[in-house]
Amino acid sequence: MEYQAKELFAKHGVAVTLGKTVETPEAARAAAEEIGGVVVVKAQVKAGGRGKAGGVKVVKTPDEAEAAARSILDLEIKGLPVNRVLVVPGASIEEEYYFSYLLDRANRSYLCIASVEGGVEIEEVAKTNPDAVKKISIDPIAGVDAAKAAAIADEACFPAPLRDQAIEMMQRLWDVFTKEDATLVEVNPLARLTGDKLEALDGKVSLDENADFRHADHEAFVIRDEEDPLEAKAKDKNLNYVKLDGQVGIIGNGAGLVMSTLDVVAYAGERHGGVKPANFLDIGGGANAQVMADGLDIILNDPDVRSVFVNVFGGITACDEVANGIVGALEILGDEASKPLVVRLDGNNVEEGRRILAEANHPLVTVVDTMDGAAEKAAEFAGAAQ
Amino acid sequence: MSIYLNKDSKIIVQGMTGGMGSKHTTLMVESGSNIVGGVNARKAGTSVELGGKELPVFGSVSEAMERTGADVSVVFVPPAFTKDACIEAIDAGIGLLVVITEGVPVQDTAEVFAYLQSPANVGGTKMIGPNCPGIITPGESLAGITPHTIAGKGPIGLVSKSGTLTYQMMYELRDYGFTTAIGIGGDPVIGTTHIDALEAFENDPDTLAIVMIGEIGGDAEERAAAYIASNVTKPVVGYVAGFTAPEGKTMGHAGAIVSGSSGTAQAKKEALEAVGVKVGKTPSETAQLMREVLQNL
Repeated sequence: MEYQAKELFAKHGVAVTLGKTVETPEAARAAAEEIGGVVVVKAQVKAGGRGKAGGVKVVKTPDEAEAAARSILDLEIKGLPVNRVLVVPGASIEEEYYFSYLLDRANRSYLCIASVEGGVEIEEVAKTNPDAVKKISIDPIAGVDAAKAAAIADEACFPAPLRDQAIEMMQRLWDVFTKEDATLVEVNPLARLTGDKLEALDGKVSLDENADFRHADHEAFVIRDEEDPLEAKAKDKNLNYVKLDGQVGIIGNGAGLVMSTLDVVAYAGERHGGVKPANFLDIGGGANAQVMADGLDIILNDPDVRSVFVNVFGGITACDEVANGIVGALEILGDEASKPLVVRLDGNNVEEGRRILAEANHPLVTVVDTMDGAAEKAAEFAGAAQ
Repeated sequence: MSIYLNKDSKIIVQGMTGGMGSKHTTLMVESGSNIVGGVNARKAGTSVELGGKELPVFGSVSEAMERTGADVSVVFVPPAFTKDACIEAIDAGIGLLVVITEGVPVQDTAEVFAYLQSPANVGGTKMIGPNCPGIITPGESLAGITPHTIAGKGPIGLVSKSGTLTYQMMYELRDYGFTTAIGIGGDPVIGTTHIDALEAFENDPDTLAIVMIGEIGGDAEERAAAYIASNVTKPVVGYVAGFTAPEGKTMGHAGAIVSGSSGTAQAKKEALEAVGVKVGKTPSETAQLMREVLQNL
């Protein structure tokens, strides 16, 4: 969110005004009093278009700040509730620019995008006047030093009075990008304030979760009260889970196979009252009883789930281990396991795996030999429970 | 024939003495791969027995290459050390670097990729991965974690972003078998791409048809489609996972994310079909399309 991006900007010496992040209208009033004069009250949500949604208000008095905060905290912006507002001093903006560093997947490198036209309207500018939006590739090894920053400033045509500040800020933003392991650092707008002062008025930073091991402080950026409770619980158990809005719970091994399973269930669901997959859950290669139980526990706690499809390909993990995992998980869960479970096993030791499940003969478990057939069955169970 | 890996490949393992490394080195030895040693600076000079074979541990990749003639390295070291392990192997001039490790920071991989493109890559190292199952030429060699028992030798070349979908597709098509199956990994930045593998399969006389598995995120499949249109004469059958993935959520693989309207499965499928690639709705339908292609050759 904006206030978090600004904290990272400040940490690395980027010119920015932090303001105060508050959660109630009363606290917004207090913040406005403390700052004094004109302030801007800004919704803090992970979504663009906040201004157009009524989530940004310029006010002159603490009374108005309180009223503005009250109305903004009542908003939903792109489906997200607004739980926080940022109160910042009003700024006298002369011009708005756009600046970002990002991972360039297509070229497996980094890209700088800069424009002295547009600012918040950058996407519009990119359509109507693409030449004004400069895209400059950056060598991941060489990075952005003073010379590279100067080259960017000149190519993007930053006005002469701001050139030195721009060069300085580009290097500080590069520090944010590399030292924080970001995949995106965006300043929008980058503002020319009265007196030729360059400041990052708003920003966005996306961090690479794979690099969390070298950034213990990044944990603090996760806002627990805005996470889906099931996703938060899964994260605590080190499970790769994404909540979706359907009715068929999905467990599988391997990201690709699980994505494929969601698709196959959605196709089958078209024939059974339009049921859809309820989640993505990848339990990885080692599908032992405890991991399976943790996964089932999360899925069965989803009130929307009416049936569960366990789709495992025994690669390194043999199917007999997976079958024992399912039987063990159902023992661990006991009465909490209350919804029909369709299991499809294939691959290494599949005969033994199916034999174990047949022998356990659990009343909730149906074994189907193919992925397509099992998806059909799971969708049928979910459709019938509607 | 095959691509990238064959019975003459001599393989070392970086991180052979760790948990994942020793488990999968054992499986590689059992599959018949010619594993010639491992690298661990702290255990240099010792040896370990894995899969019934006594394997020497060397202090560095260059020493291992000098002593064994190794030309392939498989990397199992933890994410925090993967970049250094890759740079070391590139400096030593290894031919093929297969990075299995999952969870490598993308900036580390971007640096390694830039290093591969630079004059420092004196040996012309080619990298597969990271976050991938590696590569298997059935009946000849395995450099990675793909179970060698799924399918045997045959006329199909397979390239996939996903490990388990590689296994699934090999299993579906085990009646035909494969020249080589390569998992290129699901990270945003990877060494070998769909296009690289398509080019190699096109040039491999034993590969008669190619199955290409993609997933949401990025535009690698769209670019592969453009490449197929102008460079690939062999029949290609495709599969794309993630039609039901919501926007803005990472689906397991770090690179598997639909951003705004880009990176969708639908766009990838359309791009592939526009150049004549038959795309299956499910893995089994894709396998059936491949069978029909092979029967009509």
